[in-house]
Amino acid sequence: MRNGKSMKIALFRCCMTSMGLARYETSSNAVLRELGIEFVNIKEFNCCGYPLRNLNFEAYLLSSARNLALAERAGLDILTICNCCYGSLKYAEHVLKKFVSTREQVNANLAAEGLKFSGTVSTKHLLGVLHDDLGVETIRKRLKKTLNGLRIATHYGCHLLRPKEVVGFDQGFQPVKFDALVEATGAVSVPWTGKLDCCGSPLLGVNDELSMDLAEKKLRNAHRGGAQCLTVTCPYCQIQFGRIQRRIIETRNFDTPVPCVLYPELLGLCLGIDREKLGLEEKLPEVVSAHLRDIEAQPAHEVNGQTMPAAIPGTGARTDAQA
Amino acid sequence: MLHKIALLAALAVFCAGMIVKISAWFRYSVGPQIAGLQTSRRVASALRGIVHTFFSRKVVTLLKVFFLEVIFQSKVLKEDTLRWLMHMCIYSGFTMLFFLHALDNLVVARFYPGYSATLNPFLFLRDAGGALIVSGVALAVYRRFIRKAERPMTSRMDIAVMVMVSLTVLSGFLLEAAKITSHSTFQTMSEEYAGQADPEELKSLESYWVKNFGLVSPEIKGPFDKAVLEKGKTAHKVNCAECHSSAQWGFGGYAASILVRPVASALDNAGLVVFLSWAHFISVLGLLAYLPFSKMFHVLATPLSLMVNSVMDSQSEPANIATRQMLELDACTHCGACTLRCSVAVAVHMIPNQNILPSEKIASLKRLAAGKVLDSKELRAIQQGMVLCTNCDRCSIACPSGIQLRDLWFSARERLLQHSVEEYQLLSPFAYYRGLQREAIERKNYLKPLDLALKNVAGKVDGSVNGTLMAGEKTLLGKLNASIQANSLSNCYRCATCTNSCPVVLNYERPAEVLGLLPHQLMHAVSLRCWDLVFSSRMLWDCLGCYQCQDNCPQCVSVCDIIYELKNRAISRRNDELIS
Repeated sequence: MRNGKSMKIALFRCCMTSMGLARYETSSNAVLRELGIEFVNIKEFNCCGYPLRNLNFEAYLLSSARNLALAERAGLDILTICNCCYGSLKYAEHVLKKFVSTREQVNANLAAEGLKFSGTVSTKHLLGVLHDDLGVETIRKRLKKTLNGLRIATHYGCHLLRPKEVVGFDQGFQPVKFDALVEATGAVSVPWTGKLDCCGSPLLGVNDELSMDLAEKKLRNAHRGGAQCLTVTCPYCQIQFGRIQRRIIETRNFDTPVPCVLYPELLGLCLGIDREKLGLEEKLPEVVSAHLRDIEAQPAHEVNGQTMPAAIPGTGARTDAQA
Repeated sequence: MLHKIALLAALAVFCAGMIVKISAWFRYSVGPQIAGLQTSRRVASALRGIVHTFFSRKVVTLLKVFFLEVIFQSKVLKEDTLRWLMHMCIYSGFTMLFFLHALDNLVVARFYPGYSATLNPFLFLRDAGGALIVSGVALAVYRRFIRKAERPMTSRMDIAVMVMVSLTVLSGFLLEAAKITSHSTFQTMSEEYAGQADPEELKSLESYWVKNFGLVSPEIKGPFDKAVLEKGKTAHKVNCAECHSSAQWGFGGYAASILVRPVASALDNAGLVVFLSWAHFISVLGLLAYLPFSKMFHVLATPLSLMVNSVMDSQSEPANIATRQMLELDACTHCGACTLRCSVAVAVHMIPNQNILPSEKIASLKRLAAGKVLDSKELRAIQQGMVLCTNCDRCSIACPSGIQLRDLWFSARERLLQHSVEEYQLLSPFAYYRGLQREAIERKNYLKPLDLALKNVAGKVDGSVNGTLMAGEKTLLGKLNASIQANSLSNCYRCATCTNSCPVVLNYERPAEVLGLLPHQLMHAVSLRCWDLVFSSRMLWDCLGCYQCQDNCPQCVSVCDIIYELKNRAISRRNDELIS
C-alpha cells in the first residue's frame, strides 16, 4: 500500500457472478492476492438491494444497511466488484448518514440480529482500491507484461459515476481513473462516443429490444472509436457485452462485434498471473493475446510507438460532456 | 395376532404412501416445459437415463457422491459442523437400530446363528443407537429453539417428526428399564429357560440377578449371602448367560431402571412391560406409516437427489429434468440452510411474505406441483416470492440435499406467470434472469406476463387528465415531497435537460409515442397531480436508473430518484388495490 501498511477488506460477492461469470470472481481474487490485498468473505452478506429499489425503497435500504452493518461488525470496508452493488451500497450509506429517523428505523430492524449501522465503514469499488489505495504507479511497477498498444474502449458504467455527489468515485463528467488504470497496462484507452452511457442491462427482461438497442449503440460507438476490445468492471455490463452481444449478432443486422474483457483479467495477465488462475482457459479474445508481450523483451519506446495505428477513424468527439 | 394386524396395517399405509409419492415424481411437474407428456414416457426416459449412466464413466461419479455426500454427508459438514454432528447422530443411530434391532431376525440372525437381542454386542449397540438418536434430536432442538441466531424456520411437521422420533426412542429405553426391573418377566424367563432347576436354585438365581442386574424382586432383597450368590452365578451361567449379557451393557435402559427402582414392583404389577411394549411398538409403526408423507421421506429422496444431480445437467432430457425436480421437492428436509444463505431473505422484514424464503417456497411448491387448486390470493403470494429472487444460486450451493433450487424456481416461476395473475415485480431487474434465459421460454409465454403487467400497472385509466383518484392520492404529492428520494421536485423549472440527456429518450425518433411522458413531463405531471398520466407512462418502466438526468439537472432535481419513488408508488398502489 501507499503507506506501507497491508490492507484487509471484506469482499462483496455479487449475485450476478453466478450467471456464468465465475471467472470474474476468480480473476479479481487472483489480482487482489497478487497485489497483496487481504480479503475476507462474510458469508452472511445478502443482496445489495439493487433490484428491490424499483419496488420497495425500505426493503432496498434494509438490504444495503444489513451488509454495511455486517462489515461494520467485522471492522472492515466493503470491496465490490459490481457497479450496481457499489451504487446501491453508496446510496444507502448516503441516506442512512443523512436522515437520522430513517437510520433509527433501519437499525430497529437490524437489532433483531444484533446488528447496527453507525457509518464507520465505507464501500469501495475494485477500481477505487486499485487507483486510490494502491496507486497506478505501484501497479505499474508490478507488471511483468504489457498489452502493447491494444486499443481499448473503457466502459465506466453508470453507478460508478452517478449520482456524483453520492458515489464520489471520480469526476462525474470527465472521469479519468479507469482510463489511467487501463493505460497502465500499456494499452491505449481510446476516446469514444457515449463512453459514459448505460450498457442497457437494467432493462433486460423488461424491455429486451430497448436493452439490446442501447447495447448495440455502445458497441457500434466503440467500434467506430477504433477500439479492439472493451473493458468493464461490472458483471451486468460484462454480460451485456458478452452474452447479449452474441444475441444481438444472432438476431440483428450487426457485423462489427467488439469483444469485452473484464479489467481484472487484463490486469491479471499483465501481472503475469497464469491464465488458469484467472479462470481464462479459452475465453480470452485473440486480439488481446496477440498484443500481450513480456515487458523485458520490449524496448520502452516501442510500447507507445510502433503498434499505434496512424489514424483511428471517427475518434475525438467526447460527447458525454455535451450536456 | 394383534401385533401382526397392526404391523400389516402400518406396512400397507407405508407402501401405499411410497407408491403415491414415488409415482408423483413421474405424474406431476414443477414447470410448464413438458406439459402433456405421458407418465409412461417419463418412466421410460428415466429408465433409459439410468441405464445410460450405469454403463458410462459417470458411475464413478455416482460412487464418489454416494460415499462422500450420502454416507459421509460432506455437504452438511461444509455448511455447519454442529448440524453435521446432529444429523450424523440421528442418521447413524437410525441405521443401526433399523438393521440391528427392527430387522434383527431378518438380518442379524442370518449371519449370527446364536443371535439374541440381549447378547453383546447387540445389547450394547441397540442402546448406543438409541443414545445417538436422542443426542441428535437434543441437538436439533437446541439449534431450532435455543440457538435462534441460526433462524431455521420450524414447521408443524418439523415438530411432529421430532416428537415422534423422541417418543419412539424414549419408549424403547423405558421398556428396557421396565424389563430389567420386572419380576414377572424374570419369572416367565426362568420358567422357560431354567424349568428344571429346584426352587432353592431359582432363589439363588434371583438373588444373583437382584444383586447384579437391577432386577427388583418383591421378596428377595439384599444383603445377600456369598454362598447364595455363588450358587446363583453358577445357575446364571448354566441357564441364562448363553443368551444374556449383563444388563448394564444396555446402558440407557439400565440407567432408567435405577430411576424407577423404588416404584418398580408396583408398576410391574400394573403391567408396565406390556403397556410399554405396545407404546414402543405403536410409535414405531406410527413412524413407519408417517414416513412417506412426512419430511422423513428424505431418507430415500435425498440420497437419490444427491446422486441424480451429480450426473445430470441442463443438457439432460427435459422429461428427466421434470422428474428430477419432483424428486427434489421430496428431498427437501426443511433444514433452512437455503434461507440462511438467501440473498433477499432480509426483505421479508419489509415485504411480509414467507414465500420469499426459499425453505418456505418449497412447501408452497409441493402443493402447486401436486395440482392443488389455489385461490388467486395464494397464487399471488407464491408468485411474489418466486419472482422476488436475484437468482444468485446461493441456495443451491448451500443445499445439503443437492437440490438445484435456482432451476426449480425458474420452472415454478414460468408456470405461475402463465396463470394471468399480474406480476408487477417483473418491471424491475428481478426480471433479469428471465431475460437472460429467454431462449428457454416460449416466445408468447415470455411476453405474456410482461404485457399483462405493463397493461395493468396504471390501474384503470379513464382518459381524463386527472383520472380516478385512489385512496390517499390527494395527499400523494405531499408524500412524495416528504420522501427522502423525491423531495427536490419543486426545484424543477421544466428546462427538459433531463429528457435531452436520457439515453432511452434518445433511442427513439418519436419518443413520446413510445414512452408516454418524458422525464421533464413526468416531473411536471407530478406537480399537477396527473397520476393517471404518470402511472400509465411507459417511461417509468423503461427508465434505466442510469442517473444521466439527475446529474445533468441544473436545478439539482433528483429526477432519477423521483422516478424510482414513482415506481414504488405505482406498484404499491396496485398491490393495495388488489388486496382490498
